[in-house]
Amino acid sequence: MAADKNLIETSQRFKPAATRRDFLGLAATWSAIVAFVMAMLGALRLPMPSVFPESNSRVKLGKPARFAVGSSTYFSKLRLWLFRDEAGFKAISSVCTHLGCVAERDEEGHFLCPCHGSRFDEVGDVISGPAPKSLVWVDLTLSPEGWIVADTLSDVDREVVLKA
Amino acid sequence: MSDLGDKQTPQKPLRERSIGDEGALKEFGSNLISTPAALRESIVRHGKPTSDRAKSQTIFSNFFLHILPVRTHIHAIKATTTLGFGVASFVLFILLCVTGVLLMVYYKPSVDQAYASMLDIMHVVPTGRLIRNVHRWSAHAMVAFVMLHMARAFYTSAYKRPRAFNWVIGMGLFVLTLSLSFTGYLLPWDQLAFWAVTIGANIAQSPQELTDALGLTQYFDIGLWQKEVLLGAHQVGQEALIRFYVLHIMVLPVAMSMLLGVHFWRIRKDGGFARPSHADASSQEMPALASEPAPLKSYGLMAMMKDKTPSVNREMRNTITTWPNVMYVIGAATMVTVLAMLLLGYFFDAPLTEMANPEVPENPAKAPWYFLGLQELVSYSAFMGGVAIPAIVVLGLGLVPYLDREKEDVGLWFSGPRGRRVTLVSGLFAAVAVIGMLWFTVSVGWLRNWEATAHVPQIVITFFNPGTVLVALFAMWSVGTVRFMNSTRMGAIALFTCFVVGFVILTYFAMVHRGPNWDFYWSQSDWPVH
Repeated sequence: MAADKNLIETSQRFKPAATRRDFLGLAATWSAIVAFVMAMLGALRLPMPSVFPESNSRVKLGKPARFAVGSSTYFSKLRLWLFRDEAGFKAISSVCTHLGCVAERDEEGHFLCPCHGSRFDEVGDVISGPAPKSLVWVDLTLSPEGWIVADTLSDVDREVVLKA
Repeated sequence: MSDLGDKQTPQKPLRERSIGDEGALKEFGSNLISTPAALRESIVRHGKPTSDRAKSQTIFSNFFLHILPVRTHIHAIKATTTLGFGVASFVLFILLCVTGVLLMVYYKPSVDQAYASMLDIMHVVPTGRLIRNVHRWSAHAMVAFVMLHMARAFYTSAYKRPRAFNWVIGMGLFVLTLSLSFTGYLLPWDQLAFWAVTIGANIAQSPQELTDALGLTQYFDIGLWQKEVLLGAHQVGQEALIRFYVLHIMVLPVAMSMLLGVHFWRIRKDGGFARPSHADASSQEMPALASEPAPLKSYGLMAMMKDKTPSVNREMRNTITTWPNVMYVIGAATMVTVLAMLLLGYFFDAPLTEMANPEVPENPAKAPWYFLGLQELVSYSAFMGGVAIPAIVVLGLGLVPYLDREKEDVGLWFSGPRGRRVTLVSGLFAAVAVIGMLWFTVSVGWLRNWEATAHVPQIVITFFNPGTVLVALFAMWSVGTVRFMNSTRMGAIALFTCFVVGFVILTYFAMVHRGPNWDFYWSQSDWPVH
């Protein structure tokens, strides 16, 4: 008790921000808290994958000669439409931009999503429904051996068409 | 040897024993004979629950029962106080744990084997079909009973101080219940599961709708991050299945158990069930207890009779011993719940559609019933319907006890006739608002269906769609009620009633009137034939 009294008197005289004992206690407490939080954050880093199972996204679709001018071909595993017209090739993903269902293509060439009724025109622009953006145009390249290669994870601008 | 008194019997002096004396052998013999009695006495340290004190000790000295008070107010076991919804929810959770562990014996969380193991459970495993059916129906029932329990707690003002934080914990349990249902939904790996979870995962990605509009996606893509953490991939596959499995069987049940413990413990610490002031008004003092030998420990009395003041030598007003009165009620609720689930499971098979096919979605791909209302909102805007509005609802409900702190009429259904009127009028208002909004959306359409506004930016639709309009209407109605009735409790009743009515009508509408391509149909018989 006497020590406490001394302490109070001392602190009144010098008014230090914290006593040495307070400082060490606070430092220890906060070190422990920071260490714990950092450890938790480190542990939470684990569920965030650094390699994705589908990371090999480049797929050969076929040689250009296989697809007639004016044709449309569907790759159901890739959920991808490949169109060939006079200008060249373009590939539109049929995965709805709303919530990821697979849109069907009707006779008019419009895309129709069965889950929430989003409609897209023949180039993938939204006509109606809740979809927030147009269907994705997938990047097409020609491999050195002459195959059309689609990269299903990278989209391209609307004007980019692979010249046949 | 009936109670604590045995501690007081003087110790027998140690007998001198010499070799050849058969005293120890005799003692061994009599110990052996009396072992069952001694074993029982070492487990249960009190006699049969015949006296009030032994009844108290039955509750108080049992690990599993000591969360209950030894005496309970008679209001607590009136049927209209809780309607048994809370007990039913807890019983369903236990039932789900038991059947879930049994299913884990055969279920294989792999995309190649999950569906086949489901077929095994349904067709080969002894009692597998019943166990799985009970598991599925109990999951549905638990969601329903948790919601009913929440409505009961709300309308009887059981969220008020000092029970405010227990209401917040209840909201946490509600979210956990929905998460458990959702993660379990994927495990059968059938078409329904695959597409419901695909939609769910893309809802997690839907903040992109907002970040895209603000041009922030390339710097801060929280939507994609959420989806990747949830699925471990960009599509629902093996990674997603194992993640959902771990969440479903381990993470969420453990979180649920811990939070349940806190929830129950706080009921006790917050003074038992909310009861109206008149519950004690008309009664007489209870007659004095018949004289019994007093407990020998000095703290026995306080431990057995917890109240503001200890009542000496008479029963506390309007209370009954928990054992066996409350145990009968809990037991009855448990048996009715388990029986109902067994009957459901015996007569109705849980759905199992064909195996998941990532190439062709179900049409219509409908979520389980408790998410159908949200699915209707999602069909206006993914981010608003799937993320923002649910967050607003959970946050709004969680804040209710802190925004409404009126102390009157706790424990009274609808806070009396005034509240009953507000409930009715708010219910009518909400019904008109929701049905009107649905009619408008179906027959007149929304921005994108009209020539002039067909190309408004997405952000306009995100913030101005039938769902957000409804939320705004409800919020305005509640604030108006607070002002008009000059009562925060009435405003809270108005808001909660709007939420309940909105939930019910949207769920019904999406269940019955939405068909293929999410188009409107009067009934399923009008659906186009493929």
